Amino acid sequence: MMRSLENELKECARKLLTEKKVDLIIGYSKSPLPLRSTPCFIREEKDVDSLIFDLTCSNNLATYLQKSKCAEHRKPNTDPTVRMENRCKIGIIAKACDARSIVQLILEKQVKKEDITVIGIACTGILDLKKVSDRLNGKEILNYNPQDDEVLFEGKDFKKALKLSDILCDSCKTCLNPDPSVYDSFIGEPVSGAKTEKQEPMTELENLSFGERWEYFEHEISKCIRCYACRNACPLCYCEECVVDRTNPQWFGKSTEFSDTFTFHITRMLDTAGRCVGCGACIRACPTHVDLAPLGIKIEKEIKERFGYTAGLSLDATPPMATFNEDDKEEFIM
Amino acid sequence: MSEHRKPNTEHRNWQPKIIAFLCNWCSYAGADLAGVSRIQYPPNIRVIRVPCSGRINPIFVLKCLQNGFDGVLVSGCYPGDCHYISGNYYARRKFAILKTLLEFIGIEPGRVQFSWVSAGEGEKFAQVVKKVTDDVKKLGPAKRFVKRV
Repeated sequence: MMRSLENELKECARKLLTEKKVDLIIGYSKSPLPLRSTPCFIREEKDVDSLIFDLTCSNNLATYLQKSKCAEHRKPNTDPTVRMENRCKIGIIAKACDARSIVQLILEKQVKKEDITVIGIACTGILDLKKVSDRLNGKEILNYNPQDDEVLFEGKDFKKALKLSDILCDSCKTCLNPDPSVYDSFIGEPVSGAKTEKQEPMTELENLSFGERWEYFEHEISKCIRCYACRNACPLCYCEECVVDRTNPQWFGKSTEFSDTFTFHITRMLDTAGRCVGCGACIRACPTHVDLAPLGIKIEKEIKERFGYTAGLSLDATPPMATFNEDDKEEFIM
Repeated sequence: MSEHRKPNTEHRNWQPKIIAFLCNWCSYAGADLAGVSRIQYPPNIRVIRVPCSGRINPIFVLKCLQNGFDGVLVSGCYPGDCHYISGNYYARRKFAILKTLLEFIGIEPGRVQFSWVSAGEGEKFAQVVKKVTDDVKKLGPAKRFVKRV
């Protein structure tokens, strides 16, 4: 089944390139490492065959609309005429969460809708490598083979099947909108929306006392080494100069001192409030597995409750933090 | 700066340090009125005047907590009274999210408080400061978010 999905995908990409509808396709290709895929940038028809799509395609490709070379012509400091000439049309392969990020980028006027061709793809979730590694006691995996609701992992001297539901990312297991919200063409069959409630993993933390919650976050955030992988993986962290990098004024200390680190994470979460689509790219990018999810989910929940907005679902929406309603609730203000 | 960083916890007569961000057009004038009218209120606040409550970046609040303030008060014009028409409406949305997140990570609700005080409300300003000071006194010195240097 996966094979035919890939064939359909290659066909679609090839067609877009031959008909010169796009100059560039952003997709996934095989990585030398097992259980990994790597983003690839295809400009020529002959390279289309390297495209893949499977359980390992974890990057949020919308990030590259902003952070790759093809984004350079959009920089405000380039001559506008040059910008128009170099404007390249991009075809991008988008899972549901990538598509939501693209919607946000269009809403925030970071990319032009007419420059982007979205190839939506049916996604049933992607692997959480930490969960896999934990369940295989960190043994080296050489090959894997997805079956219906199981994945067979093979290593040097072992073979083990793991249940798919045990090794999918949390953000996939609780995904409420598994089909792309916008697309120009769609690959595969739409995935039905019957999934577990998104906020489920959170309630536990919310029922704790202030002190216990603080302890939880103190433990989690202490693991952070300030590599900024979370920021770099995030499709919506696209500021030319990040506030954390500023030196005048210097808002954040540069060490891994706890309060500085936590201030950075809180600030990032507040900056993405009402824009974060919950793709989990920051969490997957983290080398030390800091659990940032509760912060994001909490804000997402609050935004939905207060302002009735979920990020990335519609191109006609107004981002909630860029507007207001005279009747917004203000029960917390004296 | 250094004196804010180390609250004197052992001292029996510990007094909280509270920072107050007041908007130029309403709350700052309200504070002025309280002073001119000789209304008594606790001397624990340090005032920073800002052009509008919309000027307040959540980072300001985080930095204050980090640098050792025991409480933060943010005050602006009533909705509809903003000198810049809509600054406080946007601010209200920001504050709602900030407040939720701070409470979620375990900062006690009394530490960071928000209020609307108009230029004519000297009495209300005094009451707000009294309430914030009392709340923060009950909570004791801030320890959780303070930068450990």
